[in-house]
Amino acid sequence: MTTPTAALVAFKQRRAKTRSIKAWYRNGTLMSGIAIVGALVLIAVFAPVIAPYDPIEQHLSDALQPPNWQHLLGTDKFGRDVLSRLIWGARVDLRIGFLAVLIPFVFGSILGGIAGYFGGWLDTVIMRIVDIFFAFPFYVIVIALVFVLGSGEASIYLAIAAVSWVSYARIVRGEVLVAKQQDYVAAARLGGFSNARILVRHIGPNVLSQAIIYGMSDIVMDIMAIVTLGYLGLGIEPPTAEWGGMIADGQEFITTLWQQATIPGLAVVVTSLGLSLLGDGISDLISPERRK
Amino acid sequence: MAPEPLLRVRELSIGLRRPGSDPVVLVEHANFEIAPGERFGIVGESGSGKSMTLRAVAGLLPKGVTVLSGTVEYAGRDLLTMPASKRRALMGPDIAMIFQEPMTALDPVMRVGEQIAEGPRRHLGLSRADAHALAIDMMRRTGIPDAERRARAFPHELSGGLRQRVMIAMALSCSPKVILADEPTTALDVTVQHQVLKLLERLCDELDAALVFVTHDLAVVNQTCRDLAVMYAGKIVERGPVKEVFAAPRHPYTKGLLDSAPDFDRPKRQLIPIPGFPPNLAAREPGCPFRPRCPFATPHCAAVEPPLEPVAPGRRSACFEIDRLIAEEVA
Amino acid sequence: MSDAVLAVSDVHKHYEVGSGRNKGILKALDGVDLELRRGEILALVGESGSGKSTLAKILVGNAQATSGTVSVDSAPVGTGRRGAATRRIQMVFQDPYSSLNPRITVGSMLGELLRFHRIVPRNQVRAESIRLLNTVGLEEDALTAYPSQFSGGQRQRLAIARALAPRPDVLIADEPVSALDVSVQATILDLFARLQRDLGLSILFVAHNLAVVQHLSQRIAVMYLGRIVEVADTAELFANPRHPYTRALIDSIPRMSAESVNDPFEVEGEPPSPINLPSGCRFSPRCPLATHECTVVDPALITVGDRHGAACIKAETLGPYALSVPMKEEQ
Repeated sequence: MTTPTAALVAFKQRRAKTRSIKAWYRNGTLMSGIAIVGALVLIAVFAPVIAPYDPIEQHLSDALQPPNWQHLLGTDKFGRDVLSRLIWGARVDLRIGFLAVLIPFVFGSILGGIAGYFGGWLDTVIMRIVDIFFAFPFYVIVIALVFVLGSGEASIYLAIAAVSWVSYARIVRGEVLVAKQQDYVAAARLGGFSNARILVRHIGPNVLSQAIIYGMSDIVMDIMAIVTLGYLGLGIEPPTAEWGGMIADGQEFITTLWQQATIPGLAVVVTSLGLSLLGDGISDLISPERRK
Repeated sequence: MAPEPLLRVRELSIGLRRPGSDPVVLVEHANFEIAPGERFGIVGESGSGKSMTLRAVAGLLPKGVTVLSGTVEYAGRDLLTMPASKRRALMGPDIAMIFQEPMTALDPVMRVGEQIAEGPRRHLGLSRADAHALAIDMMRRTGIPDAERRARAFPHELSGGLRQRVMIAMALSCSPKVILADEPTTALDVTVQHQVLKLLERLCDELDAALVFVTHDLAVVNQTCRDLAVMYAGKIVERGPVKEVFAAPRHPYTKGLLDSAPDFDRPKRQLIPIPGFPPNLAAREPGCPFRPRCPFATPHCAAVEPPLEPVAPGRRSACFEIDRLIAEEVA
Repeated sequence: MSDAVLAVSDVHKHYEVGSGRNKGILKALDGVDLELRRGEILALVGESGSGKSTLAKILVGNAQATSGTVSVDSAPVGTGRRGAATRRIQMVFQDPYSSLNPRITVGSMLGELLRFHRIVPRNQVRAESIRLLNTVGLEEDALTAYPSQFSGGQRQRLAIARALAPRPDVLIADEPVSALDVSVQATILDLFARLQRDLGLSILFVAHNLAVVQHLSQRIAVMYLGRIVEVADTAELFANPRHPYTRALIDSIPRMSAESVNDPFEVEGEPPSPINLPSGCRFSPRCPLATHECTVVDPALITVGDRHGAACIKAETLGPYALSVPMKEEQ
């Protein structure tokens, strides 16, 4: 007869083994991602402290200066310090990027979860709607919506949410379909719990990891979208500092003061890179077995 | 006196590579021989290394798992050092393998008749028509009813038992000298298992093929094999004729296994489970791997690993405390 | 009559399959009557397609019967039940790796059930959880652990603890040891026996391995293609099987000790699809004893002995077990 002590000993052995798997700090991808994104977040958070100048204040007399010791990246055509605008721009782009993912994530996951769990006509209806949305190219719809809804942060959130929730719905539905087959769901039903409780409390934690991982890459895409909208003059209104707007402002001076358009562009690239690395790293952490 | 062994595995060690540290040893110093036409069973539970051993012979080790040392000689030539092309040429006409789960071992997009015919076409150089005729014949011999029609079926259209028969037909299509079977009946219903085992025995007799049968089911081994090796934590702990080993086991693990398995012919017998758990192969301790669970263990067992040594004619065991084991049996 | 804690009466379960020209009705259960007596372990044995898993699902409310009733303590229980009504019948599933939620700790899992069904007052939930763990041979440490930290055998014990939490009257065990190593199976079987003894639990044990149930159960019911074809006390069933399928099942069990003295009662082929049931007795196409009459009459369970029923028109004529029977040709 297996003694309880023997069970305990082996159990402790297993616990030790699990802990060693969680050596997340050894994961290069994850660490680089954390470093880059962490730095960006810090810059954004401490923008009021770090930025040498006010990003919106205009000093027309100082306009279009090349990089010098007072203005490390020069000034734009309104005399505003490019570096300060860059730092404050990080705030705008990062914040909107993160928030713009949240709404579709929640909305899409809920709908996808319901479709997957209940099946039947509910599933068919929801998935057909998803299919319709998938048919449209992302940028076309987003630009059209922002154009209609007018400029400003709110319309960006609405426009992006309206289009990108479908990916989450599909992902979560797929995961729920698989999870539904698992015996632990049957056991939960046997326990007498309501459907809502099972979906949220029992299935939820098991299916959200894929959606989270997708969300990380979605942030990158959303930041690109915001930058693009800014570049086109839609979305974030001037004079708020935003990288896309800065690129548009700076492009007419590309031959003389190339920094004004290029550096913000570089900022976007670095941000995307950092987020991608972070997403990959989190993916390794959450579901390492899928990476095989 | 004994015929020249057809297959000889010597000091075979298999490991799973780990970045930055020593490989995890999955099989250690396995030694056994198969004579032509012999029926040899390898018995063990999960983690014993029995499947890996078989796969090493077949050359089908999974990614990341490699042979660390030792040789696998077939008809005198070492399979492990042979050029890949030569080794491939042997798989089919000389060595064939039957897997546990036929659904994953068969190509889902190829009709079963074609799959069976593929071997003879490649290895025996038969024409398409001849190979097809051979495939139908093999299907009939494995008891697949309505063979001509079934040959055009895809694997998913057949039941588990039929798929397994198809796999057997495939394995035997080139009349191999050695058949490696990795738990071929574990996934089957009891009555189907019975039929498939009888089929395997019959065909092995007809083709005079040797059979290496890996399983965890002691009763199946008793019916199908003449000799066996018992594996635990990657080592062979006992070897000998099945009937003798079962009647009088000479290793505490074998005894524990026999005591814990339901025996249909002795229903009133109390089942005695083996206490404890199999060791963590990634963190091996010195000494005998079975020591933590062994009722006869001594401090010596924790220090020195017992070698596999002869304990009676034709029987080997890796244990220092065999005398106490025998004494308790007699008592 | 001794009291039946669980009564199944004429349960049918039909699925509609296919579409267009290939429409058909899959009769997973075709009229099942069963009784589980208080405090007994009844084994439900059958191969794939027998309907035993479907019946288990219906009993716990995971599937709805097409017709027929299920009663607990003479009170009918509907299917698709919710909330407090689920308490009385609980289940232990076959696969220990998918039956526990990987993201919920053991303590949360047990606590949730205890609180939902108000088994004990809030402040005693933790103590009760520990008591449940001890009952299955685990310790308090397990409360904060996740299922992934346990082995297969331990997980099954956790699954049993979970099933016991709502203090059910009936426990349905769906092949609970099939996925476990041989030496671990004995511990779980032992646990079931203890639960029956100490808690007076009534257990319906679904299995495909007769050797396992021989040890554990007091009565056995054999299922074939959606019907119960034989039911008897364990000892009586094995001494005196009265249905040809039961005999075939018994004969296909591989033996650990000497060969069986009976000539094997062999059946050919595979179970036909439950979509196209043969006319008359559903076993007739494979039965070595079948005559023309068997293809006309669909036999019900007839009493052939003390608490022994068999659905075969030849049941009376089947002599004692050691009977040599001519083989029937494969159709």
